[in-house]
Amino acid sequence: MMDLKEKLVSSFLAFENNVDFEHPIHDIRAEALKNFEAKGFPTKKEEAWKYTSLNALQKKDFSIFPKQESILEYKNVKKYFLHEMDTYKIVFIDGVYSSYLSETTHDGVDICLMSSALTKPMYKQIIEVYFNKVASKDESLTTLNTAFSREGAYIYIPKNKVPKKPIEIVHFSTGNEAALMLQPRNLIIAEENTELQVIERHQSLTENEVFTNSVTEIFAAKNAIVDYYKVQNDSKTSSLIDNTYISQKSDSVVSVHTFSFGGKLTRNNLNFYQNGEHIDSILKGVTIIGEKQHVDHHTLVHHIEPNCESHQDYKGIFGEKATGVFNGKIIVDKIAQKTNAFQKNNNILMSDKATINSKPQLEIFADDVKCSHGCTIGQLDEEALFYLQSRGIPKKEARALLMYAFANNVLASVKIPELKTRINKLIANKLGVRLGFDL
Amino acid sequence: MLKIKNLHASVEDKEILRGINLEIKAGEVHAIMGPNGSGKSTLAAIIAGKEEFEITKGAVLLEGEDLEDLAPEERAHKGIFLSFQYPVEIPGVSVTNFIKTAINETRKGRGQEDMPANKMLKLLREKGELLEIDRKFLSRSLNEGFSGGEKKRMEIFQMAMLEPKLAILDETDSGLDIDALRIVANGVNKLRNKDNAIIVITHYQRLLEYIVPDFVHVLHNGKIVKSGGKELALELEEKGYDWLKQETVS
Repeated sequence: MMDLKEKLVSSFLAFENNVDFEHPIHDIRAEALKNFEAKGFPTKKEEAWKYTSLNALQKKDFSIFPKQESILEYKNVKKYFLHEMDTYKIVFIDGVYSSYLSETTHDGVDICLMSSALTKPMYKQIIEVYFNKVASKDESLTTLNTAFSREGAYIYIPKNKVPKKPIEIVHFSTGNEAALMLQPRNLIIAEENTELQVIERHQSLTENEVFTNSVTEIFAAKNAIVDYYKVQNDSKTSSLIDNTYISQKSDSVVSVHTFSFGGKLTRNNLNFYQNGEHIDSILKGVTIIGEKQHVDHHTLVHHIEPNCESHQDYKGIFGEKATGVFNGKIIVDKIAQKTNAFQKNNNILMSDKATINSKPQLEIFADDVKCSHGCTIGQLDEEALFYLQSRGIPKKEARALLMYAFANNVLASVKIPELKTRINKLIANKLGVRLGFDL
Repeated sequence: MLKIKNLHASVEDKEILRGINLEIKAGEVHAIMGPNGSGKSTLAAIIAGKEEFEITKGAVLLEGEDLEDLAPEERAHKGIFLSFQYPVEIPGVSVTNFIKTAINETRKGRGQEDMPANKMLKLLREKGELLEIDRKFLSRSLNEGFSGGEKKRMEIFQMAMLEPKLAILDETDSGLDIDALRIVANGVNKLRNKDNAIIVITHYQRLLEYIVPDFVHVLHNGKIVKSGGKELALELEEKGYDWLKQETVS
């Protein structure tokens, strides 16, 4: 059997036959493939991949192009949508767009498909300006995605427009293939004075293996406000590598909340580039995992211009044999004076066999900045447990309540109340107890 | 109601209580006084069931039942309440939700149904008024950013909501200004009745001017070295603890 790299490289020819060869982005794809071919999958020898191994994944025989289309009934997958409220939906089943489950729009804003944006002439100009402009051109997994970029979500919000409702991007895998590899590519552009909210979710519906290597590029122009929520609560046989690249212009505010509760292996590469002044970048995460699950957060905030802020707050609860990684890199360029950069990573280990590797990485070249970072790794506070128990709350519920409280302040900044309630319930569920009150 | 018999206890092999005997009947208020390090807070924590303390000899009985093998929450279900010297902050859980959880878990532990929501609300309002608690506090995270006095008031509020048989107030007066002390003491006095009992642990006599005890015990070096009526507290205030220490040495 070929290993995954060989299989991917050799299938590029077949892929090319199915896309527009003449389109300028095809040169970008070909270039990206070359880079991936030269570099291959990252290994544990690389500092950035020291604690996350992709070896097992490369030995699986993944289908790269699903052979048949699948259909899902809305009622069977309703629970994976934020159905308590009205949303736009861009839905994929085994990597193929499902118009039946989706609700897109071109009414003043474009909330639609990457495949349309990449092929229709009316989008050509915007694609040329933005596509692959902030995504890395040498990180191997990103270039792998770029090489095969064809489908995903395309969101374009013109100046002064605000979409009527939040947008959900949902990827289902049905288990039609014994093992399936998906490479969605999303492009999100928020022009001046716009505001949008996006919720992204990957959901496998069976125990068949799924490996997703996703790339999302987000451009926030002057005064734009973008809130992006990643709900990672997939099955125990799913692996996700999420590469998100964000370019911000002056006075924009972009927040990314990452809720990692499921999956076998999850790696989040979240990269912020501040190309302007008075920018705020907000990175928040709650990770609650157990068994042998693995979640790795690698964040980068690059302060390129003066007078900007960044706020990172990641909380992790690790049970059983779960492993976690937090690596938070902050770069402050020499001219980026008056930068305020804050980073917090707090972890609770619930078992002797769970591990977390937490590492701040600060590269500060300016002299008039405020940067702080702090990481803690601990167990639940025994005095707090005793306090709760002395009020009649049994130990198990007391632990849950304390963990809930621990994770809670990350939820305070979630702007969609329905989503906040959902996440609250997911946390309670994940902790396996009833909290004695409505969330 | 509570019987403590020749209680010896230690933490990490260090003996802290060295033979305590005490009997508390329903309707009584007992004050336990003593210098720092005499074992007052340890005694409170042992009655409430803190696990790090080991009972090496003797027993604590609640209505005839030995408490040793009961978890703190099981003791709470049987009606023991400990007001903490340093109440814990629980960010993200509101006062109301915390108290609801405590009440309903206690009811569950007693084999009862959840308290109906309207009854809970009524109770929250009544007891909140008793302790002059601003309604805005109820939706704030428990103890987060509260002043020392507000935290203590919250403790007595929880006591009022949970209606324990035996309440132990561990240094409830510390960190309270005179107005807060009066409110807290007034609350405690209104909760006193013939069926419950209260243990007031304090370093100073001040609180006992407001919560008047039936008995005063002086703890020193892990033992009760003197017991008496409420006038003993005044005597201690006047003379300090040194005369007792000397008395026990001689």
